[in-house]
Amino acid sequence: MNMHNLRQYTELEEIAGQLFVIKNIHNAGYNELVEITEENGTVRIGVTLEVGEGYAVVQVLGGTTGLSLKNCKIRFKGKPLEIGVSSDMLGRIFDGLGNPIDGMPKVVPEEIMNVNGTAMNPTARAYPENIIETGISTIDVMNTLVRGQKLPFFSGSGLPHDMIAAQIVRQARVKEEEFCIVFAGMGIKYDTARFFIKSFEETGVLDNVIMFLSLADSPSLTRLMTPRFALTAAEFLAFRKDMHVLVVLTDMSNYCEALRELSTMRGEIPARKGYPGYLYSDLASIYERAGRIKDKKGSITQIPILTMPNDDITHPVPDLTGYITEGQIVVDRELHARGIYPPISVLPSLSRLMKDNIGKGKTREDHPGLASQLFASYARTRDIKSIASIIGEEELSDLDHLYLKFGEEFETKFVNQGYNERRTLEESLELGWDIISILPEEELIRISQQQIKQRYRYKK
Amino acid sequence: MAELIGKIIRVNGPVVQIRCQSNLKMLDMVEVGDEKLVGEIVRLKENIAYAQVYEDTTSLKAGDPVYSDRMPLSLELGPGLIGNIFDGIQRPLEIIRKQEGDFISRGLHVSTLEREKKWHFIPLKKQDEKVQPGDIIGEVEETSLIKHKIMIAPDAGEGILSYIADEGDYSVDETIAELDTGKGKYDVKMYHKWAVRKQRPYRNRIPPQQPLITGQRVIDALFPVAKGGCVAVPGGFGTGKTVVQHQLAKWSDADVVVFVGCGERGNEMTDVLTNFTKLVDPRTGKLLLERTVFIANTSNMPVAAREASIYTGITIAEYFRDMGYDVALMADSTSRWAEALRELSGRMEEIPLEEGFPAYLPARLAEFYERAGRVICLNGQTGSITVIASVSPPGGDFTEPVTSHTKRFIRCFWALDRDLAYSRHYPAISWIDSYSEYVDDIKNWWDTHTDGKWLGHRSMILDLLQKEQRLQQIVKLIGADVLPNTQKLILETCLLFKNAFLQQSAFDDTDTYCSARKQFLMFDAIIKFHNKSEELIKEGVEIPEIRESQVYQEIVRMKTKYTEKQLNELEKFVDSIEEQLEQLKK
Repeated sequence: MNMHNLRQYTELEEIAGQLFVIKNIHNAGYNELVEITEENGTVRIGVTLEVGEGYAVVQVLGGTTGLSLKNCKIRFKGKPLEIGVSSDMLGRIFDGLGNPIDGMPKVVPEEIMNVNGTAMNPTARAYPENIIETGISTIDVMNTLVRGQKLPFFSGSGLPHDMIAAQIVRQARVKEEEFCIVFAGMGIKYDTARFFIKSFEETGVLDNVIMFLSLADSPSLTRLMTPRFALTAAEFLAFRKDMHVLVVLTDMSNYCEALRELSTMRGEIPARKGYPGYLYSDLASIYERAGRIKDKKGSITQIPILTMPNDDITHPVPDLTGYITEGQIVVDRELHARGIYPPISVLPSLSRLMKDNIGKGKTREDHPGLASQLFASYARTRDIKSIASIIGEEELSDLDHLYLKFGEEFETKFVNQGYNERRTLEESLELGWDIISILPEEELIRISQQQIKQRYRYKK
Repeated sequence: MAELIGKIIRVNGPVVQIRCQSNLKMLDMVEVGDEKLVGEIVRLKENIAYAQVYEDTTSLKAGDPVYSDRMPLSLELGPGLIGNIFDGIQRPLEIIRKQEGDFISRGLHVSTLEREKKWHFIPLKKQDEKVQPGDIIGEVEETSLIKHKIMIAPDAGEGILSYIADEGDYSVDETIAELDTGKGKYDVKMYHKWAVRKQRPYRNRIPPQQPLITGQRVIDALFPVAKGGCVAVPGGFGTGKTVVQHQLAKWSDADVVVFVGCGERGNEMTDVLTNFTKLVDPRTGKLLLERTVFIANTSNMPVAAREASIYTGITIAEYFRDMGYDVALMADSTSRWAEALRELSGRMEEIPLEEGFPAYLPARLAEFYERAGRVICLNGQTGSITVIASVSPPGGDFTEPVTSHTKRFIRCFWALDRDLAYSRHYPAISWIDSYSEYVDDIKNWWDTHTDGKWLGHRSMILDLLQKEQRLQQIVKLIGADVLPNTQKLILETCLLFKNAFLQQSAFDDTDTYCSARKQFLMFDAIIKFHNKSEELIKEGVEIPEIRESQVYQEIVRMKTKYTEKQLNELEKFVDSIEEQLEQLKK
């Protein structure tokens, strides 16, 4: 190797927040790993953010607390940040930088991989197929999750998004195939992490889970690396070990805040709400790592969870996420307040990959029409409700009353289900028919007449 | 070839500063570092040059060498483009995958057009014939749909063909003609190089005349675009921009389609690619792939190449236009391109304007949209480029810089509406906020195809939809019951028009494409329904009677009931509507 890589520096020029500047150096590469050793021997790592003639700007993962300009040794490793991955990582818990925190020894790596990953060649991608039956009606029937998809949860603080995610993880186990979960917790509270660990334990899947936890009290910049470590491990399991990997990333809002913090410290020009202009590209470098590859068995499905500040769906984080991911599941405060679980608001929710993966030969022939009709009729219900709130329900026509009844049953019977209730797709579809049949046949214009003949409940 | 021109002095993401001799030109292509990553000079300052690098710059160091042959970044234009998929700087992704595997690595140097493949060349000029730049000297059947015209490059001089090859099979690298300009002799090959950012010349521009028939009712019937026009499709996430783009790429009656996936999802490109290898063009019966060129720079691929991908796309479109084809360019999404501009501008420490975008954003947008148009080419052929650009406004806010500047340079606007999308009314093109200024340009075409009725129908229904919007506000306050029957009928007709006509399923085999004739018949059906019902109401027929009638139900379902082959039956049905309604009079 290059002799320069062994060279060690001892003097820093400047420390600001979680960055430092070092001068009089040679051969530091952009976006490369830096090792910082303190006097007492503890090692931190960092990444170069900018390099120039004789200087480098380094971002310290794990914080600069305790560092002074002269008390440490800096070594440029001449390679990007890497992680050793292995199937033995299953069942283990790591911190945000890949060090074990479950009291067990380090994992012997089968392979060393660059955590930044590289872009999948678009021609190498296989289009996601095979739906994942989550057992939740609003998802299975109306916003179907597909293997290889990235489908985020848009939620707010205090809403049960963790419970829904845990329920999906528990119920979505795929039969007869190698299935595992990679969990990345970024800036979440210990309680949240504990909730997931407990839930994995109860379901007996803990041996199939890798957890990366960068909890709320750890330095914010480690959060930037956590999802990358997690996804690198996921890529290894999916594309080298042929497993179907479900990646849960929570909470992406915390990730974005860490990115904003870093960007501000570097004095970059902000775009919206102080977030950097490259937030879209940066999020894409995480979300786009979901998918399938032609001729490979495994897949990566992502469920990122993010809490919308002030429940604002136009906030840059949910907004840019929505532009990258293949749909979104929106968790709604009003439904939650009314005691409906899971409080999934179906109208703003969407699964972009649903269209190609439901219907004849895939789920059931009536699925597309029924789903579309449920959406349309429920949207109509909302309009009628808003009229009723002004002119009073008495003034409504008979048809409008039927719509209101439909809306009520849709929310209390279809959306609402138990935390431990697993409905098969068949059950969910039949339930959908029960409820849509409240409306007169002529109103069901999105369903083919043949389907109506076959399945409409004739309740007149 | 490329010589050492300097050394890197600073690396900041995709922007690299180089200390070099001063004789570099703007937009010269450079190769950076030991891996020779491709970049382009974007700013010069005394002896420092700024390059934007089209690949990941991880591990580049100060002091690394930079090479250049002092030529601008260029595209290879010749047979082999159609059906192919390239990245933002025209590297063939299929071949890269064969060589490098499923993930894209760096420092790849692959030639764009396949060198081994032989094409059957048919000469159209003779030896000693006089030729000018842009002249067609021969053709190659690239696919069964596209005759690829071999042209003298627009920047070559005029002169005499001192040699032209006989009909036969040649590879793109072989000399098929020789041009004697009087100053020297030049080899002519089946391809030529053209700088990515340079507009290709034409003789003059002419106004658009023909509509681009897209097979989508709300577009063709209400907000049509002309061949040679520019459309913006703005919409928040989930409103269906990409589905609109895909539908147009599939069904519009352009000769050649250039599809640029600019900073969007990888799976979407996979979707298009897999679909196009199966789907058949309704007009020609051939695979759609045989007329399409793909540029894919997904959101996780390097940001500088995303900025270039739009130019790569439009230059390829111009090349096919020069052959006399009507080309449609789909750009999904121009906002990602603008964001790439912003990111690069920030890295170069330029002064930002609103939302961090650089001051030259409107100028760049204008430059791009002005490259669309209908022209007489250098060789006398008529060709056109229609640009259909999606815009992704943050938070669905149409007042943000990219949307508001784009509106200045386009003449057709398909605003996607979140509420429509939420109720799964697709395409979610708002009939209130959208507009088209091409209506007058293409009026003649529709008139000759619909006995002069189209314009009347169109303005009548737009008027009804406007009225309906106002009535809905009243209904929200006092309920529908108090409205007089004539106004209730307006609500009823508009509801019918939305359900039966505007709403069109992209995933229904029959409904996904609707020919101009079928569109007009359906349009006519609804107008007939409205006029006749108005008459009936005056005679005391109640609205629920009309709504529950058989004929109403038939109108709702006519879009899926009658396939393109059953249009005569549809016509019979439309003719019978008035009579059927008449029977409601007791």
